[in-house]
Amino acid sequence: MKAPPFAYVRARSLGEVFDLLEHHGESARLLAGGQSLLASLNMRLAAPELLIDITHIAELSGIEVRGRKIRIGALATHAEIQRSAEIARHLPLLSQAAPHIAHVAIRNVGTFGGSLAHADPAAEWPACCVVLDAQFVLRSRAGTRRVAAREFFQGLYATALRPNEILAQVEVAATGTNWRSAFVELSRRRGDYATVGVAALARKSARGVLSDLRVAFLGVGPAPALARASMAALEGKRVSADTIAAAGEALGQDLEPSADLHAAASTKLHLARVITGRALTALAA
Amino acid sequence: MRRKKEIPLEHAPEITVTVNGTIVTRRVPARRHLIDFLREELGLTGSHTGCEHGVCGACTVRVDGRIVRGCLMLAVQADGRRVDTIEGLSDSGELGELQEAFHRRNALQCGFCTPGMLLAAQDLVAGHPDASRSEIREHLSGNYCRCTGYQAIVDAVEDVLAARRKST
Amino acid sequence: MDTTNSGYVGKSVPRANARRLLQGRGTYVDDLRLPRLAHVVFFRSPHAHARLRKLDLAAARTMPGVIAVVDGAALAPYCKPWVGVLGHLKGIKSPPQHAIAIGRACWQGEAVAAVVAETREQAEDALEKIEAEWEELPVVVEMKDALSGRRVIHQELGDNICFKRELDTGAVDEAFAKADIVVEETYDFGRHTGVTLEPRSILADYNAAEHTLTVYHATQTPHMMQDIFSRHLDIPEGNVRVIAKDVGGSFGIKVHVYADEMAAAALSVMLRRPVKFVADRLESFISDIHAREHTATVRLACSKEGDILAFDLDDLTGIGPYSVYPRTSGIEGNQVVNLTGGPYKHQQYRAKMHVVFTNKNVTCQYRAVGHPIAVAITEAIVDLAAAKLGMDPAEFRRRNLVPDDAYPYTFPSGLKFEKLSHHQALDRLLELMDYKALRTEQAALRAKGVYRGIGLAAMIEVTNPSPAFYGVGGARISSQDGATLRFEPTGTITCLVSVTEQGQGTEGAFAQVAASALGVSIDRVRVVTGDTAVTPYGGGTWASRGAGIGGEAVLQAGKVLRERILEVASAILKTDKSELDIASDEIVSKVSGEPRLELSELGRVAYFRPDTLPMDFQSQLMVTRHYTPRSYGFTFTNGIQASLVEVDADTGAVTLLKHWCVEDCGTVINPMLVDEQIRGGIAQGIGAALYEECLYSPEGQLLNGNLADYLLPMAGEMPDIIVAHVTTPTQTSELGAKGAGEAGTAGAPAAVMNAINDALAPFGARVTAQPFTPERILRALGKVS
Repeated sequence: MKAPPFAYVRARSLGEVFDLLEHHGESARLLAGGQSLLASLNMRLAAPELLIDITHIAELSGIEVRGRKIRIGALATHAEIQRSAEIARHLPLLSQAAPHIAHVAIRNVGTFGGSLAHADPAAEWPACCVVLDAQFVLRSRAGTRRVAAREFFQGLYATALRPNEILAQVEVAATGTNWRSAFVELSRRRGDYATVGVAALARKSARGVLSDLRVAFLGVGPAPALARASMAALEGKRVSADTIAAAGEALGQDLEPSADLHAAASTKLHLARVITGRALTALAA
Repeated sequence: MRRKKEIPLEHAPEITVTVNGTIVTRRVPARRHLIDFLREELGLTGSHTGCEHGVCGACTVRVDGRIVRGCLMLAVQADGRRVDTIEGLSDSGELGELQEAFHRRNALQCGFCTPGMLLAAQDLVAGHPDASRSEIREHLSGNYCRCTGYQAIVDAVEDVLAARRKST
Repeated sequence: MDTTNSGYVGKSVPRANARRLLQGRGTYVDDLRLPRLAHVVFFRSPHAHARLRKLDLAAARTMPGVIAVVDGAALAPYCKPWVGVLGHLKGIKSPPQHAIAIGRACWQGEAVAAVVAETREQAEDALEKIEAEWEELPVVVEMKDALSGRRVIHQELGDNICFKRELDTGAVDEAFAKADIVVEETYDFGRHTGVTLEPRSILADYNAAEHTLTVYHATQTPHMMQDIFSRHLDIPEGNVRVIAKDVGGSFGIKVHVYADEMAAAALSVMLRRPVKFVADRLESFISDIHAREHTATVRLACSKEGDILAFDLDDLTGIGPYSVYPRTSGIEGNQVVNLTGGPYKHQQYRAKMHVVFTNKNVTCQYRAVGHPIAVAITEAIVDLAAAKLGMDPAEFRRRNLVPDDAYPYTFPSGLKFEKLSHHQALDRLLELMDYKALRTEQAALRAKGVYRGIGLAAMIEVTNPSPAFYGVGGARISSQDGATLRFEPTGTITCLVSVTEQGQGTEGAFAQVAASALGVSIDRVRVVTGDTAVTPYGGGTWASRGAGIGGEAVLQAGKVLRERILEVASAILKTDKSELDIASDEIVSKVSGEPRLELSELGRVAYFRPDTLPMDFQSQLMVTRHYTPRSYGFTFTNGIQASLVEVDADTGAVTLLKHWCVEDCGTVINPMLVDEQIRGGIAQGIGAALYEECLYSPEGQLLNGNLADYLLPMAGEMPDIIVAHVTTPTQTSELGAKGAGEAGTAGAPAAVMNAINDALAPFGARVTAQPFTPERILRALGKVS
């Protein structure tokens, strides 16, 4: 089980990356943490002619706080995010989600941007970015554009990234002190891809009323999407057995799960309802 | 057809890696992962290939001080970095306490997972000295062992943590 | 161990050979480097059943580094085909199997061509250039379809039935007719596999000048493989040497003849150079044997007082397209028939069992062969009967377990038990787990909506097999093992044993037995295993026979060597032998214990200055002894397990809170080694119960043949496991040791199943199909359809 032959370039700048992408087109692949890419290369499920190693491009790395805006470099590793005190303070949802990603040795290498650009439907970060209303900074020779997370994920492993374009950073507004977040995931074993997971975020009033509620799922569809009907069912209400039931009921409109090896579609919907209840309870706590 | 190749492509770049404290320079095929490089080029056969898709943990090595899956990193990505393997960390004595505890507790049977397991355990011992039993299990949950019931391994790590707490 | 000081036996001595493994200095097959080493990879069928219309190897042959590309017909002259049948399994049938399939593939993953190249990468590159044209044939995937015979996989065999067996004690219908209670249930068992962390590995090195073949092999059975290579590659047995250095886990996976491994050896002969094959993880899943695909319906008849009257079993198992050589794939089903109902004292038993061919990967003996099925169906139906009677499951078992004073005892299936201890084990278990307190806690938690379950599983296990297992059927598999003990001039002992080491600690246990028998310290004993050119002839490691059979050979050799050493001491010291003894590495006076002679001094004189000894004295400081168990077909062990789980009724998730096992494996040579081996077995059993299943599509495609999708037990999910022992040494040997390797895997699935069903009882729900996935539990609860 050895990877097919390919060439390798360690890019020193984004300009160099753009040159290479222009020259090699779809036969080139970007290599960040490589924690998904290398497995598929070893299994010969992918056969690029060129790997462009972007991990030495300084401007893609780091976690930066500017006022209320957090900029997470595409090369920030899962472990950096998990360890970051800034993230814990300003974006606790990401701190809650990080431990669910695979295992320590993978979190040490796998990157935030790599996971987002790969857009695995069972991955944690895409759903988090959707509820956080993150802006994805995409760069190419033509310049920089920003795409909202909700528009970025377009389907199974499909994103808004154009050919020759690279995800450089993610910008997220800090969630304030009156916000609550929850991340609940069910997987067969620790560190496995989610059977189903949910990221939830809401503003909570002193009286326990939730507003601005945002809920997105992983592992239930081709791409993370907001559960709008369910969110509407709870907006401006307090979390109770009744509102949880209503939100769960509404999920039937929001989700069209597809089966995987571990669960049929109907099972996924049931589990999504269960974890929605748990996430809402956590938000209200 | 797009016109290609203004930048020459390298299929076997030269890399320089500090492996277990020794600087080695080699030309390696770009596609070769770090474990095959260590095993085939350098004869460091203590790190094992168990699945080559990043799940079993038998290939766990340390790169710049952090544990990684050696099968999910290309050798060329290790250029300019420090790589530590079971052989080096045994010779330096860094793993000594854990190795003693594993031996005393029989926290291994066939030994194929053991180098990776020890590196994962050492990562915990160094970084989380107060880890509970369930945190030990969590930290080792990415390293597959088919022989033991994991209990002796958890016991051994717990022994080392307890001994360290006592001595400080 | 009466005649010598038991010394190290029974003590938790760390094993010496673990040191090299702890430093990454072991030598597994893939660690070896030989000059001119070539690497082989296989072109495997992508279809479950297909005829090969055309195979174009030309492009592959021109690829860089390629040495040879061969198909089945090209390799056939180098390797005779085999048929996996045995004489004592009456009527078993299977077609001939070649090292590389010729013209037709019968499962997804069966190899039809091989590429040999200078590196593995080059071989895989060339593999992509092979072009095959396939004609897909009808597939038989489900066992029931196979049994129906609507489509027959091997036309020449007439039907898909590999083997069938029926057993009837004669009055089963009467027992059911007079029963107050009859319970019946059908159980399904997912096919799973061994997943040794070290994949199957072989390095064959043929020397054309000498016509010798040296095979470095990750195997449990060096001598069996020596015989196989000799006969099938047509090389005199004496010219074949099989070496098993460190082996990275086996569990029965590495005890069979695999076509790809035979092909690697044949290619070495063909190409006259060393050839290595190491299965990668993806091909492991489609080529390592699978096991345990069963559907079993069992009925139990019981009186209203709670006495079990009869068992009635119908088992169906699917084994892939070939019966595996040389042990056959009929044994697992046979064991299910032998063992079902085994711990209980009913007298009436009827069983019907079919082994059928399917177009999936082959199945064969994997750890605890048949036991997990037999124990699960027995213990589940026993629980069901107890529930129907309103009896506590522990009390119901106490009432029905064969009494501890009933031995020797013949079970209705014909098995003979020397001496078992079910009641002692049950009592010990209930005390260990504080059964009553757990039941109280369970009831209290249930009231709060927390669903815990307690499951019990009594078991019997086949260990220390006699020739009745394979030899009587014509298999050239030794049930005897040997040990050679050599006293070295430095006063140390070299111990050569035919049993192999896969990490269970066999070598450590032998060192303990040898040191104890001789009266020397354990660090003076060096154990060597796994080399047909070095050790005595023997069976190797399987069916929990290493400690019991190999250990006895070591003990007997040690006792004789002790006498020989004392004879030399007597000659040197001019003291009657009866006045001397060995203790703490010295010859001592038997009466006073006073040191007389260091063993190194004895060695110096014996080997270098025999001129100083009497003319009529010749020292004989090397002794070989063998041992074969023969008084019983198998030396049965018994034990009982318990599992405590919590079921999340909303998600179907099962949390394993704790697990207990009380096992009677006779003399325990090293409690630490035995206990963790039992725990490892329990983890494998838990894997079967909760996680592991080879999932196939209706077309016969394996859907989860990788480690991300085939779920194995990991540290995060495993509970703490408490192990305790009842000790009933077998009287068939002096050492008294029985096997400990099957216990954990045999009983854990049953204990977990019963615990889950106990947790689900308030909902009136039951699960009967392993693995018990969250989805299956939710279905049982009616929460999903």
